[in-house]
Amino acid sequence: AAMELPPSSYPASRAASLVAGYACYRRGGPGRGLALRAVRRAAIQDIDDVGHKYHLELVLEDMLDKDSTVNCTAEVLYHLGNKNIAPDVQFTIEGELKNTDEADNVFYKRIKSLEKELVAENIPDSHGNVSPEMEPIRLLAWVASGYVIWQNSTENTNFRLAQIKHVKQVKRSDEYLEFDYMILLHEMVSQEIIPWQMTVLWHPQHGVQVTQDSRQPKHASE
Amino acid sequence: TSNMKLILIFSALFGASLCLETFVGHQVLRIETRNEEEVKELQLLESQEHLELDFWINPSTPGLPVDVRIPANSVQAVKAFLESHGIEYSILIEDLQVVLDKEKQDMADSQQRERGSNSFNYGTYHSLDSIYAELDHLASEYSNIVSKLQIGESYEKRPLYVLKFSTGGRNRPAIWIDAGIHSREWVTQASAVWIAKKIASDYGKDPSITSLLNKMDIFLLTVTNPDGYVFTHTTNRMWRKTRSKNRGSPCIGVDPNRNWDAGFGENLCSSFAPTGPGASSNPCSDSYRGPSANSEVEVKSVVNFIKNHGNIRAFLTLHSYSQLLMYPYGYKCTEPADYAELDALGRAAASSIESLYGTTFTVGSICTTIYQASGGSIDWSYDYGIKYSFAFELRDTGRYGFLLPANQIIPTAEETWLGLKKIMEHVRDHPY
Repeated sequence: AAMELPPSSYPASRAASLVAGYACYRRGGPGRGLALRAVRRAAIQDIDDVGHKYHLELVLEDMLDKDSTVNCTAEVLYHLGNKNIAPDVQFTIEGELKNTDEADNVFYKRIKSLEKELVAENIPDSHGNVSPEMEPIRLLAWVASGYVIWQNSTENTNFRLAQIKHVKQVKRSDEYLEFDYMILLHEMVSQEIIPWQMTVLWHPQHGVQVTQDSRQPKHASE
Repeated sequence: TSNMKLILIFSALFGASLCLETFVGHQVLRIETRNEEEVKELQLLESQEHLELDFWINPSTPGLPVDVRIPANSVQAVKAFLESHGIEYSILIEDLQVVLDKEKQDMADSQQRERGSNSFNYGTYHSLDSIYAELDHLASEYSNIVSKLQIGESYEKRPLYVLKFSTGGRNRPAIWIDAGIHSREWVTQASAVWIAKKIASDYGKDPSITSLLNKMDIFLLTVTNPDGYVFTHTTNRMWRKTRSKNRGSPCIGVDPNRNWDAGFGENLCSSFAPTGPGASSNPCSDSYRGPSANSEVEVKSVVNFIKNHGNIRAFLTLHSYSQLLMYPYGYKCTEPADYAELDALGRAAASSIESLYGTTFTVGSICTTIYQASGGSIDWSYDYGIKYSFAFELRDTGRYGFLLPANQIIPTAEETWLGLKKIMEHVRDHPY
């Protein structure tokens, strides 16, 4: 039997945050990022010998258009014991997400036509600035980090993308765009800032893929 | 172009101040060339070195203006040359020295005005020195109600400055507000400075603040962790803790909001989900609680101040991010005795915050809302007897997180102020 949780309680918000990250990864791109707006309802179910299953009703918002929101229902199963298995996430989004084909193609062409590979750092900078040309790069990182977050989440974690420390485009002979990112994840339960490397592939028709990712050591000197 | 002119004036000014050249009687002419012939004439003129002409825009193409600075004793000769060749010109600057002198005066005046008046930009992030200068400025501009106190020193010996807002009396009941205990939460220090200005300038104008300050004092610590704050500017923008050295470890710093004497270092079970870390015993962790409660001088200084004052009635602390308004407890999940009142007041404050820009804050105890966390400041203040203890987590919810764009500072400060005011009014009206 499932027990209702107050939507503002942290177990609900952690699970909701995970769903948002996962949904963003599945549906996002340089022209669209999804973020958690609100938790409407939450319930938890203890499944013997399996783990904890959360039932959630959420509202997600389009990061480029705050007034554009969609409802989302989701189930998250955190597996008992084995910390190496990513939680199972299922979600359904009610309604249509904005079509981003045009913006995607503009971005795609722009990057494909660069003479030198794109390189950038500190997005946003210390003062929160993101230049307009870097917004799609930043959104792509947000979307890709949804994958990393999903793979590494437990009931005791709540990750956010804090900053892109460094991004480097990797030239490819095929039609994909490839970016090598060094990001900082903010883990809100421990309050740690965790550097993480991820290799991200993207194509307007094929979506976002994280082909490689690895946690990096924190610098002891800092 | 006028930009060009300015650049050239400034470089002339710079040059003048360096080489002590004067430009008395120098004129700047604008010459309109109509054809190739005229361009060639000007290029001829250019080659006359003894005239010491200084072309700001060189003769190149007909139709484009040519601007030239002419030393005083060449002016007549050049004009005669131009007139005899039928080349049209106008006088851009009659006497360059006059213009330069005025420029210099304007700059000095502007600097004077900045020093004398308040042109501190509240909508941008500032260095510690700049914030401290502004605190002095507020204390002097509003000296009838604002004074600056030093309540201690940080680990690296930086002063901890509190602004006291008071209309007199002796040891009146008071409200404590602090910001920036976690140094990477930049919107909090920035908001606190704005709030200081707001309180000072609203006294005598806003009925609510006026009546509040007629009965109570306000103490505002704008930068609780100055060492950390400086470190976020110089080295690591994501630094959270103090900068104290930890014995036997290469890692630096203690989480100042795990260092208070409230369930220090305890890890009690929460009611319906597995425990998360309350506070770490690992010096390398960002939530390291420290070797003992109040080990951090920054924390100890505040505790001492509050205990010595003896009449603090509310303890309000600003953090970011997540948009939360929380009351005790964090170190345990039992409800505080005043749960009903604190929850209702929290909701009222959150409503006020939302009324301005629609920013929604979630209200609840620390333990149920974010995590079980021991050694937190409002747990200590509440257990010490300060009933109205609240912790704010300001904008945003993660889109920018700690790196909140500067253009959101003032809106954040404005809405937060409404929430603080709501709580302070309640404190004023409910003495205990």
